[in-house]
Amino acid sequence: MPSAAPVEVQQPTSSAVTDLARPWKVIVWNDPINLMSYVTFVLQKLFGYSKAKAHKLMMDVHTKGKAVVSSGPRERAEVDVYRLHEHGLWATMEQDS
Amino acid sequence: MVRTPAGNYEVHLDAESRQVLAELTTQLRDAIVADSRDAAFKRLFPPGYATDEAAEAEYREMVGADLEQSKLAALETLAKTADATELTPEEVDTWARALNDVRLWMGTLLDIQEDDDPEELDDPPHMLYHVLTWLQDLIVSVLLGDGDVEGVQDDDEPD
Repeated sequence: MPSAAPVEVQQPTSSAVTDLARPWKVIVWNDPINLMSYVTFVLQKLFGYSKAKAHKLMMDVHTKGKAVVSSGPRERAEVDVYRLHEHGLWATMEQDS
Repeated sequence: MVRTPAGNYEVHLDAESRQVLAELTTQLRDAIVADSRDAAFKRLFPPGYATDEAAEAEYREMVGADLEQSKLAALETLAKTADATELTPEEVDTWARALNDVRLWMGTLLDIQEDDDPEELDDPPHMLYHVLTWLQDLIVSVLLGDGDVEGVQDDDEPD
């Protein structure tokens, strides 16, 4: 098998391109006021999740303090966070590290 | 709250509870209009970007007014329909949102904690908060289909 001499490949030094590609995640945080049943209901309603999936995410929020409920492009995350805030859930967004 | 054959919801609530709902939603609405940045509303309008102040300012600029309007409209719907005997599914949904915002507001002012003992906190504001919590849970169970709807559903299903 011929082996080519190693060629110096110019790696993109700027992380701008990969930064754009990294998905944003929407996180729902635990809080002492929102009811477990209400959180399950909102996750089903906004994301179309099955009752089982919504319940599991809600339990993660409740027992682990937070859960990632959706991820995708930044614009999508902003819409999701808006709708979660509209429903009174404590939601934030951050880019995947 | 019971589902009607037409798909609406009958509301069985005493007059006093209805009055309390109308008053609380009107109060909250007025208070938000007066100053939506008051610390009492921090759970109604939480930051979307927790650690990036510039991004948060930009985001707030973009959606803040819409979010406020959406919440005010929901509160107004609940205030206006507090004495209704029948609600559409959309109205019940709006009740859940508006009532939740009232609870977020009261819960913030009362500094409600997860491990609070309802038996110990039995002063009037806490009692009211617990009644609203009970009502919220009832509405959500109806919306999730766990409520008193089975009899009606059975009738709808073909034999």
